[in-house]
Amino acid sequence: MMVPVRFEWQIMKVKIIITPKKAVLDPQGQAVLNALEHMGYDGVKDVHVGRFLELELSGDKASMESRIEEACHRFLSNPVIEDYRVEWEE
Amino acid sequence: MSDPKITPELIRQHNLTDEEYQLILKQLGREPNITELGIFSVMWSEHCSYKNTRSLLKGFPTRSSNVLVPAGEENAGVIDIGDGLAVAFKIESHNHPSAVEPFQGATTGVGGIIRDIFTMGARPICAVNSLRFGKLDSPEVRRLFRGVVAGIGHYGNCFGIPTVAGEVYFDESYEGNPLVNAFSLGVLRHEQIARGAAQGIGNPVFYVGPATGRDGLAGAAFASQDLTEESAEQQRGAVQVGDPFMEKLCMEACLELLATGAVAGIQDMGAAGLTCSTCETAARGGTGIEIELDKVPQRGPGMSPYEIMLSESQERMLIIVHKGREDDVKRIFDKWDLPWAEIGFVTDTGQMVVKHHGEVVADLPAAKLADEAPIYHREAIEPEYLKETRGLDLHSIQDTTDVEGDLHALMAWPTIASKNWVYRQYDYTVRNGTMVHPGSDAAVIRVKPDSLPVLSEDSPNRDVIPPEKYLAMSVDGNGAYVYLDPYEGGKIAVAEAARNLACSGAVPLGTTDNLNFGNPHNPELFWQLKEAVRGLADACTYFEAPVTGGNVSLYNQNPKGAIDPTPTVAMVGLIEDPSHITTQWFKNEGDVILLIGESLDSDDPYQGLGGSAYLKVRHGLKKGLPPRCDLTVEKNIHNALRGWIAQGAIQSAHDCSEGGLAVALGECCISGESARHTPHLIGAEIQLKRAEQDRLDALLFGETQGRIIISVPSVFVGKITGQAEVMNIPVEKIGTVGGKTLSIVVDKHQFDWDLSKLHDAWFNSIDQIMES
Amino acid sequence: MTQVDTETELSTISDQGNASKFSFGVLQFPGSNSDQDCVNAIEVLGHEAHYVWHKEESLGHLDAVLVPGGFSYGDYLRAGAIARFSPVMRALADFAENGGLVLGVCNGFQILCEAGLLPGALILNRSLQFRSEFVHLSTVNSDTPFTKAIPADQLMRVPIAHGEGCYFADGSTLNEMESHGQILWKYATAQGDVEDHANPNGSVHGIAGVCNKAGNVAALMPHPERACQEAIGSADGQWIFRSLIEHLKDAK
Repeated sequence: MMVPVRFEWQIMKVKIIITPKKAVLDPQGQAVLNALEHMGYDGVKDVHVGRFLELELSGDKASMESRIEEACHRFLSNPVIEDYRVEWEE
Repeated sequence: MSDPKITPELIRQHNLTDEEYQLILKQLGREPNITELGIFSVMWSEHCSYKNTRSLLKGFPTRSSNVLVPAGEENAGVIDIGDGLAVAFKIESHNHPSAVEPFQGATTGVGGIIRDIFTMGARPICAVNSLRFGKLDSPEVRRLFRGVVAGIGHYGNCFGIPTVAGEVYFDESYEGNPLVNAFSLGVLRHEQIARGAAQGIGNPVFYVGPATGRDGLAGAAFASQDLTEESAEQQRGAVQVGDPFMEKLCMEACLELLATGAVAGIQDMGAAGLTCSTCETAARGGTGIEIELDKVPQRGPGMSPYEIMLSESQERMLIIVHKGREDDVKRIFDKWDLPWAEIGFVTDTGQMVVKHHGEVVADLPAAKLADEAPIYHREAIEPEYLKETRGLDLHSIQDTTDVEGDLHALMAWPTIASKNWVYRQYDYTVRNGTMVHPGSDAAVIRVKPDSLPVLSEDSPNRDVIPPEKYLAMSVDGNGAYVYLDPYEGGKIAVAEAARNLACSGAVPLGTTDNLNFGNPHNPELFWQLKEAVRGLADACTYFEAPVTGGNVSLYNQNPKGAIDPTPTVAMVGLIEDPSHITTQWFKNEGDVILLIGESLDSDDPYQGLGGSAYLKVRHGLKKGLPPRCDLTVEKNIHNALRGWIAQGAIQSAHDCSEGGLAVALGECCISGESARHTPHLIGAEIQLKRAEQDRLDALLFGETQGRIIISVPSVFVGKITGQAEVMNIPVEKIGTVGGKTLSIVVDKHQFDWDLSKLHDAWFNSIDQIMES
Repeated sequence: MTQVDTETELSTISDQGNASKFSFGVLQFPGSNSDQDCVNAIEVLGHEAHYVWHKEESLGHLDAVLVPGGFSYGDYLRAGAIARFSPVMRALADFAENGGLVLGVCNGFQILCEAGLLPGALILNRSLQFRSEFVHLSTVNSDTPFTKAIPADQLMRVPIAHGEGCYFADGSTLNEMESHGQILWKYATAQGDVEDHANPNGSVHGIAGVCNKAGNVAALMPHPERACQEAIGSADGQWIFRSLIEHLKDAK
């Protein structure tokens, strides 16, 4: 069966949020948590410090999606110690 | 779009006086436009022109048989160290930016001084810094301290040079106005000295380094073009952000380029980047320069000529290249993936001409701009406060009844306590050159063949392998002394640096100074500056350590007034043989402890307690007169010590400074360390003689000058005391190394300190304050 | 425990006069700053060291490769994350695949982990500060090309200088590494005890250095190349390079 391929050329922004894996010690997160507590911000139970990347892309969304996933896994994050999630914006 | 009109308000906003504006009109023969006004304001600022202090700085000795490039000629002075090798070094401040943004202020301070070194063609091989902060009980001070230290570490570590020495003082006078004085030293062969002159009519001018942004600009409205919403966003002046990685690449590329012989002149873009560099290189070359701003790489759209010329974006260099050699620049900078742009050429008009979109936006006489700023002879009046401080009557202060508590308090006092919290954030082993790590009286670095920049292919010295050289470095400056007696305090700053070098086995070669003072328009504060400079100059002359350059930072003040006048002196010395390298801590049980120098100065009405740490910490006073500094006595002692070191007699040497004899002895017992959590504590049994009129606190904690504690194997004692007598230098045995405590006996009283407790108080003091 | 007098012992070894010099490659990335120290260390031991620029696609003929410390690419994104994609790293991977000896130091350790040539990863020091000080290392597995010359119970005093030196690997990886003898060095006290307070950066199990399963690629956070001469603080780092040299001689 022929599946028509729609080639959509778009300008997109993608946000990539990278956080330390739960199993990994996060001394930065700990330090920020302690500081917030000292400053009187009650009710903060945990803090994780990560990284935020914003990419501006132009191209076909479908193929960009898989390319970005690959870049995240291969380079932008380190799978041994980090998790990531991707948020697309058009 | 038209330039704003030059109004008296605008002139004032540029920190120019009406008289200065009149002088500009006279020099130009017409009114300047806004870009030209901005250029004048920066070239005639205190930082670039030294207009308030030039007349004083003339008093510094700047020549000796070792000086190859004297102060004032180039970005840094250069001194010969023998065998065709030389060193370039300088100290500079970045005080006000560090008060605003401590991390970035400190990083850009370090970056700036490193550039001043490699722009001379030298490879920077180490850094040193001198810091002042308010009292550590304030969270704000802790924030500044933490940020500055992290910033210095970040830049030096990432750039890849060891930060090997320094000093940190904490005093309320520096509240809100930290002092961050950064020093760097580089090495090169004589033939590699590079000059910052625009030579050769028609030679192309290159810009290398990252794009120009709005760093360091105040974001003044008059500097803008048509104000759209987006340009308003971008208007806000950006804090200068340093990039040590970029600077490392830039340095490697510049040194490689210099080795090709393609460079006619090179200058870093520091304060007011493009303005200073184009103007100064043209002035030095006796030539003119023309640049087209459209060719200058820019970070954002719509930057005005004013902004481009005054921007302080970091890590940029201006390179004048011999015509025909442009490809060398392109090849090398492409190799290092660094941006470059050909932006202009050298002319014979003597004018600095700046074009934008093909139109001339500035046309100014370079030499007049660089060299003919007004020179002011400010009024100097001895301050009123001295009547009060000199009125201190020592008899009104009770002698100590708690010697043990006194020493603990002083050793734990942050200004005296171990600075390991600071230097363990600095890489001090990179480059395999550091022979004495932070923690002793002076740092010692070796210069080995691979420390040198790469030689040009056709150098006759290509196959000559120079011998290793050993350099010692120390930075010193007691602000309290200078506050109480600027002339004496100035002398002492130099004498102390020379003494620290002598304790390491080094002979002074040269000095660089950073003058951190208050408002020069205040006659009392100007008097402090004048007298301090006089003291510094006299002492530098006496020690034959000419000033190779330095920096002046004025208008430093805390919420209550001016800071303590603080000249910081960095001195560099040469050690003849690696076997002469000497450290501060006691080495072997059974060694004899000798004190060189008089334990108390009989002519000092304050017995060495004036301006002392003891008086401050135990009595809350900053009063009296600082101890007297006798330059002849100092020099004789340093020479004698070097002689004994050369004879192999000296196991350790440590001078007495803040905290006096007892603190120095304590440090000798506890400051040795071989690794993390591995201190080498070694005790001492001391017996001190005391004359009837000597106060106990003065004997133990007074800061009488010209004293050094040495430890010596017993076989050498007779030789040393014999030679000392012939030289008329007081040397006395005061004890023996050994045991698990520091024990001091005076008359019939014995005072004891457990070494681990003393070490804990001294070593962990700052860590406990900062990490709790 | 017996502490061998390092300089005497080492000078004895060097007198065993083997005429052939081995050739060590030292990779150079933009921002490497211990490359020169690596060359210095190899030359002090009487062998040859050559720089290999990161853009090179071939290593040439080398007996072993050192991946030096520094801040390659400014440590941007993550330390070593960008360097691992340099052209020279492909050549290095082939070299390692064929059994070539590779030693990474500090940033080199970070690069080798990012490149997947070693297990685990390096993260921020627990103190959140850069740490520069001398530490003691205890050798855990003396039966590797990187440790075979280190005398039994010999502690090595070497400097560290890093901000991201905390070694991490998850539980199952660690178990596997332990069972294959991949843990090479741990941080210890001056008495040789592997204790938390001897650990300068929070590394799991006090691990300072590891090797791959095949045993030909290793790395450590401390700097042995900065501890090859007493004059600059310690000569203990020589033991690691001596081990490599001995292994190369045995293989000839």
